[in-house]
Amino acid sequence: MKLSVGPLLYYWERADVFAFYRALASAPVESVYLGEVVCSKRRALKQADWAAIASELTAAGKEVIFSTLALMEAESELAALSRIVSGNVTIEANDMAAVQLAGGRPFVAGPHLNVYNGQTLRLLGALGARRWVAPLELDTPALAELLAERPDGMECEVFAYGRMPLAFSARCFSARVRRRNKDDCSFVCGEDRDGLTVYTREHEPLFALNGVQAQSAQVRNLIDCVSELDAAGVQMLRLSPHSHTAVPFAEVIEAFAQAVRGQRTAQCPASALPGGYCSGPMLEARR
Amino acid sequence: MAERGAIELVCPAGSLPALHAAVDNGADAVYLGFRDGLNARNFPGLNFSADDARAGIEYAHRRGARVFIALNVYPRPSRWAAAIAAVDAAAGVGADALILADAGLLGYAAERHPEVALHLSVQGSASNWRALQFYRERFGIRRAVLPRVLSVAQVQRVIERSGVQIEVFGFGSLCIMVEGRCALSAHVTGESPNTHGVCSPAHAVRWQERPSGRQARLNGVLIDEFAPGEAAGYPTLCKGRFEALGSVMHALEEPTSLNVLDILPQLLAAGVSAIKVEGRQRSPAYVAQVTRALRAALDACLRDPAGYRPPASHAAALERLTEGRSHTLGAYSRPWQ
Repeated sequence: MKLSVGPLLYYWERADVFAFYRALASAPVESVYLGEVVCSKRRALKQADWAAIASELTAAGKEVIFSTLALMEAESELAALSRIVSGNVTIEANDMAAVQLAGGRPFVAGPHLNVYNGQTLRLLGALGARRWVAPLELDTPALAELLAERPDGMECEVFAYGRMPLAFSARCFSARVRRRNKDDCSFVCGEDRDGLTVYTREHEPLFALNGVQAQSAQVRNLIDCVSELDAAGVQMLRLSPHSHTAVPFAEVIEAFAQAVRGQRTAQCPASALPGGYCSGPMLEARR
Repeated sequence: MAERGAIELVCPAGSLPALHAAVDNGADAVYLGFRDGLNARNFPGLNFSADDARAGIEYAHRRGARVFIALNVYPRPSRWAAAIAAVDAAAGVGADALILADAGLLGYAAERHPEVALHLSVQGSASNWRALQFYRERFGIRRAVLPRVLSVAQVQRVIERSGVQIEVFGFGSLCIMVEGRCALSAHVTGESPNTHGVCSPAHAVRWQERPSGRQARLNGVLIDEFAPGEAAGYPTLCKGRFEALGSVMHALEEPTSLNVLDILPQLLAAGVSAIKVEGRQRSPAYVAQVTRALRAALDACLRDPAGYRPPASHAAALERLTEGRSHTLGAYSRPWQ
């Protein structure tokens, strides 16, 4: 079982992004996913900056993968995708546009591609997918069924830690709750380093708003399921970046690394985010 | 001048009477699903048996209308056999097209039933021409239904470059998330459009009367509370009132319906092939009224796009059928985004 750090889903300041990845160089993870998945307006880092981070992580022995935008609408977004794909990099495809462009080269099928059965998985495998990230809403039995049908050589990665990406919209919710719209957003999503928590009218944390993305308020934490996932045939666990105001992320990585080495008592530090932790590969925050 | 038939009015049917209502009131095509939990309106008491579908197709064809069958959930391995049986059944009853989302199922249908036209469902989440190129080259799709995330200008770009017919939503309940990529309902109820063909399912809804008002809960989660006398809407997750930044608000979207009556000429000019009406869960009477209104508006627009004004009586009829008596252009209009 290996560990990865998923793409940074939030809009952090440039210096914080560099510091985050610099710390990862010595962290016990095999793979790091880079790039912007949520909003193409976020450009604190240029492609050259990402390339520089990639070089440092590669030099530190990490596998580096570039994640592509999940919701692709504009021509400029397709052009940016072409530039990423034409570089000498492995991509995580989060839209069929990326699969179409990656054409036959090895790639990772991202969590937003809707892979729910063996036929779809084999189709993507034939097109070059070497690893796939299970959709977040797949429950354990469905994941087990799918693992039984996967083609040879196809690795399975599971989202194991972080606020869960649940939905994407054309609308920017971070802007909306501040009475703005997307064209006039002033990058207000940057104020929410781990997303903006939305509560029910009974003050129960429900969602987190992150630009055009809606997430769970709860942080999924599968550390207690590591041996179960390992036994089921999952080869990689994804830890989704959070800021140090939410959790000491280096300690999260260390806890998962211990769990992967077989230490059943390994525990993550508490999350300071209002939703707390939820467990189980199923989305069962309330059960 | 564009002719009738240059743009199709595609209307929903959850039952044979609804199909009759759509055809009788001017639908060019009707879409429906089987009673097997494999389509995106998996509601109790709704949908068609194979015999009903056959009867409906015969009724429609005799009156010059087409019938599409939607099989647009993403089947997990244990449901695969049922899913391909449904594809075979849809081809067997003579559907004019299958509306599919899952790439594996599209592959199966393209190989096994090459004579049947394939439409990419809105649940397929294809929001750009590159993604559509993928589905066209792999499976030969003829048409795609676009997610409700694009502005009119973006719809036009997709049409110019995708090489397939484009169908867009024109009226009905509004999904504000990219269809096929929304797990809000899964998060709260364990069931979602992708896996179960339902969003905020009725069996998870509880209404509770409290002194402060009427509470609408979904699997126990408070989605909204309505003051005495306030109109109470169905607790769809993305239309709930929540607390954000210390204020109670419709953080994602207010209860509202999509209505493109005002921008029909722009959609026509953009080159859309079909306008789709949401609502297979609606009554035959609703289907009849919406179909009649949109038929009249489309005919007026096709006759004289430059001089088009939404027909007042039909616009009023549609307004009465909207959620929360309010309508929006959704993402077609940039400021909405």
